[in-house]
Amino acid sequence: MTISDFLPAAPEISLLCSICAVLLIDLFISDEKRVVTFWLALVALLLNIWVVVVSAPPDPTTIFDGSYIYDPLSQVLKVAATAVVALGFFYARDYLRQVGMLKGEFFVLGLFGLLGIMIMISAGSLLTMYLGLETLSLALYALVAFDRESPQAAESAMKYFVLGAIASGALLYGISWIYGVTGSLKFAEISQSIAVRPELNDVPLWFGMAFLVVGIAFKFGAVPFHMWLPDVYQGARSPVTLYIASAPKLAALALILRVLVDGLEGLHGVWQGMVMVIAVLSLVIGNVVAIAQSNIKRMLGYSAIAHVGFILLAVFAGSEAGYAASLFYTLTYVIMAAGAFGMVLLLSRQGFEAEAIADFKGLNARSPWFALMMLFFMFGMAGVPPWVGFFAKLNVINVVLDAGFPGLAILMVLASVVGAYYYLRVVWYMYFERAEDKSVFQAGRDTRALLSLNGLAVLALGIAPGWLLALCLAVIG
Amino acid sequence: MIGLYHYLTISAILFALAVAGIFINRRNLIVLLMCIELVLLAVNFNFVAFSRYLGDETGQAFVFFILTVAAAEAAIGLAILVVLFRNRRSINVQELDSMKG
Repeated sequence: MTISDFLPAAPEISLLCSICAVLLIDLFISDEKRVVTFWLALVALLLNIWVVVVSAPPDPTTIFDGSYIYDPLSQVLKVAATAVVALGFFYARDYLRQVGMLKGEFFVLGLFGLLGIMIMISAGSLLTMYLGLETLSLALYALVAFDRESPQAAESAMKYFVLGAIASGALLYGISWIYGVTGSLKFAEISQSIAVRPELNDVPLWFGMAFLVVGIAFKFGAVPFHMWLPDVYQGARSPVTLYIASAPKLAALALILRVLVDGLEGLHGVWQGMVMVIAVLSLVIGNVVAIAQSNIKRMLGYSAIAHVGFILLAVFAGSEAGYAASLFYTLTYVIMAAGAFGMVLLLSRQGFEAEAIADFKGLNARSPWFALMMLFFMFGMAGVPPWVGFFAKLNVINVVLDAGFPGLAILMVLASVVGAYYYLRVVWYMYFERAEDKSVFQAGRDTRALLSLNGLAVLALGIAPGWLLALCLAVIG
Repeated sequence: MIGLYHYLTISAILFALAVAGIFINRRNLIVLLMCIELVLLAVNFNFVAFSRYLGDETGQAFVFFILTVAAAEAAIGLAILVVLFRNRRSINVQELDSMKG
């Protein structure tokens, strides 16, 4: 093995090196100059995007004896995850400075989480997948508990930790059974041995797979394994919530595409039913319970559960177009979620958390431009044309119809209509209620510009979704 | 003769006990952390049994990774526990209910 054999893994290797550099340099920076760590983290992220693009081999390859995969899908997901993390850091900076929590740990843990996400995206075996998942999860547990003075943050960190550890346990138990039945941990070998020996497709393998699906549903935050999600969204500091709500969703999508679609495609008929039940429950419960929320972070948490239902239904449909639809949905959802939480951060300041939906009252009078941006995010998530969420939802409904499930398609439309209510309520508050709080936003000009770009992207992608759709289809095929 | 099925049964019992412990236990978070460790040990048991049965070392290598990750996980879990106790002066599971909805 020569050094060039490691080249496909260059993004992970270089990201790890730059994280260590950021961690070390951060030690020698005084608290007043802590913003340097932010810029260093941003440089690390930009460097990472550059390495991902430059180091890409011409063809899909596997290294480390099949444990690490490079393919176009991994490249798209890695670039998207890195960009979204950078966006999150930007939105977080001004908020953290105002509340006096601009610490290096936030950025370093965020970067470590990104490393875990990238390892998951490129995983070629269940072992790599598990290690990436734990790298991400351990960073997230620590991030949620980042605010040490807050009892609520500590409580939600504990809940997240316990339920996350149970999920990892279930996932591992499933992996052990799949390993025992197929004799391998690599996705390619697992799917091959199921294809060659059809007698393996029996109860022991299904047993392992069921545990695996439970673990995946936990990580995705799908009903009935969603209990942690609203509490963590609410209890964590808003920048941390932004982080959890965005990039890890891409990792969860990679998890389901690699494990269920690549590894266990021979069992498609078996896991399809499980995924459908989980997806339908998420869709219904997420949308209905979100209506009752008065806390915007909690509301967005339940809305995330509902969106996960859409993503899972696209995977459930099971065709190449279905996987492409799930990829399109996840990519666009992540952009909208980052923007919506970016707005929550924009409205918050020292001693005031814009956590209630009522805090958005009269935003139009305070800042017509940012009220418009929030309207973009809300319409995007609700699926109002021409915002991008509409096309994402339309795609999923199309592939489910093509797979021959008109009942599910009707349910999805109904759930979207119910969901529109709580998104439009925010819009109503912004435009037709009187503001209680008239303070000026404290965020820097660059953050505002980025947030505006984020909002305009939601509209632009909706007006011209063709190229992204084509890209999704190309990398899945 | 003790065979694969005996090991798998033991492991399944351990796993079930651990999960039951997590959901039945309403008092102490430390017991909860112990149950989480027990889940991972049940998985290790499974891996070693399968690995021996298949004559394939990958499963045993996996066990080492799980042990290492479990150590890191326990460290973070205990750190969160300390933060929680500092803030609330209690590690009672039933009192973890400040968020509803």
